[in-house]
Amino acid sequence: MSVVIILTTKEFRDGLRNRWLAATTLILLGLALGLAFLGSAPVGHVGASPLAVTVVSLASLTVFLLPLMALMLAFDAVVGEAERGTLLLLLSYPVRRWQIVVGKFLGHTALLAVATIVGYGAAGVAIAIKGGVEQWPSFVVLVASSVALGAVFLALGYLASTCVRERATAAGLAVGLWLLLVLLYDLVLLGVLAATQGQGAVGALFPWVLLVNPADVFRLLNLTGFGEVRQFSGLAGLAGDQLVRPAALVAALVAWVAVPLAVAILAFRRRPL
Amino acid sequence: MMAAVELDGVVKLFGPREAVAGVTLSVPAGERLALLGHNGAGKTTLMKLMLGLMPPSAGRIRVLGEAPGDVTSEARRAIGFLPESVVFQDSMTGAELIGFYARLKGRTPREGLGLLDQVGLAAAAGRRVSTYSKGMRQRLGLAQAMLGHPRLLLLDEPTSGLDPELRQAFYEIVRARAADGAAVILSSHVLTELEERTDRIAIMDHGRLVALGRLDELRRRAGLPVVVRARLRSGEEVALSVPPEAKMDTLRTLMARDPQDLGVTEPGLDDLYAYFLAEGACRS
Repeated sequence: MSVVIILTTKEFRDGLRNRWLAATTLILLGLALGLAFLGSAPVGHVGASPLAVTVVSLASLTVFLLPLMALMLAFDAVVGEAERGTLLLLLSYPVRRWQIVVGKFLGHTALLAVATIVGYGAAGVAIAIKGGVEQWPSFVVLVASSVALGAVFLALGYLASTCVRERATAAGLAVGLWLLLVLLYDLVLLGVLAATQGQGAVGALFPWVLLVNPADVFRLLNLTGFGEVRQFSGLAGLAGDQLVRPAALVAALVAWVAVPLAVAILAFRRRPL
Repeated sequence: MMAAVELDGVVKLFGPREAVAGVTLSVPAGERLALLGHNGAGKTTLMKLMLGLMPPSAGRIRVLGEAPGDVTSEARRAIGFLPESVVFQDSMTGAELIGFYARLKGRTPREGLGLLDQVGLAAAAGRRVSTYSKGMRQRLGLAQAMLGHPRLLLLDEPTSGLDPELRQAFYEIVRARAADGAAVILSSHVLTELEERTDRIAIMDHGRLVALGRLDELRRRAGLPVVVRARLRSGEEVALSVPPEAKMDTLRTLMARDPQDLGVTEPGLDDLYAYFLAEGACRS
């Protein structure tokens, strides 16, 4: 069996055993069902697809929740093993350092994927049964991009984990990354846009500046990709410009996984024991 | 026969500090070498260098005929390592852990279970490691180190946490492995238990190898006094501390007085360790 598969399997089993997977799946399922059925209760019946409405609500929630879950899984991956002393023994085996990072990444991504697909998927099926299956492609994109967003923050978490010497520092760094990319980045961007009224270079660069933040890439992909979703997310105007095509958004997410993961592997290879 | 480990002028620097300062050492197959030294003497760093976990700053290292560092090499698969204060993932059972490490070495989990049996953990194989005592964890550590019939065993403080009976069983396993042709390098703070259970002794101090040889060779080199005790017919008890070369003359003299009992205490490893550390300190 390949070393990467052995390490991936172990990480996945760990997630099953410590009930991380069960807890996360239940949280995602509960939130998705709650948003779909309780969130629309005060509004009553509207002419929109319930799935489209749910996609908008869930996308807004996912962008906060999944990065946090992914960072919690990843920040400990290398520095935690080094601090506990399990890394030294592992590295005495015929295992390359990149295999450890990739094995953990695949195992953690599989955990996130199962939790998201089962949690959101079950809610999606329930909504479709009640309200019809129109807009199902937007729901599929939401689930897939949620997993991708989780993978991005896993990669960022490993980067934090390989670059520092103490677990506490890695945890602080992970929280900082979450704050910066999920909350502060958009606030700063809004501030700059408001100050310049979207004129000049800022206005022209705006769509590309969004690509620099994976959370915004996720938002753009889900809230502007499909007609009915666009209407409810209030982003029809932005998407109408078609400045950033979906393929570019997908490429940006892939790059956001690949680059931090590659840098994490390099940092781990240089890390003294 | 090819040496299992060959170190030639090996130096490891951490910044300006010399953790290993020009160590030259050859360990043949089938030998049990005790590596002694205070905390920070360089024993663990030397083991990490032999494992290829860090490159030397200078010098040459050959382990099982290869330069360490290539993790895919046959040599890496043929090394068993037990780190000091071994730590395992507590949420896994003993059987799962040994299976995990067996797979990493390209061996079957079944082989791992056999080793658990050998170290007396078969009954606890299905229990989580979090419920294991320190001695049980240490035995699990030894079992994983023996996966794949290693030709070199690097054991860092392997008997810490083991009671006397388990220590005895541990050294019996080490003896059997060495008899099978494996080279064994083990470090320990409990010097007395190493005296009869290793073939050669290496003493490190501040990264330097200050003594290397069999126990009798080190005794000869140190020339520490031998204590000769006798109980004479008159009831008088005599204890004489004499130079080693005067031991036989002293015994003959005492025998001429027809003693009731006679005993000789050679300097122990504790005494030799203290002597060579002091000698090394004087030299530096």
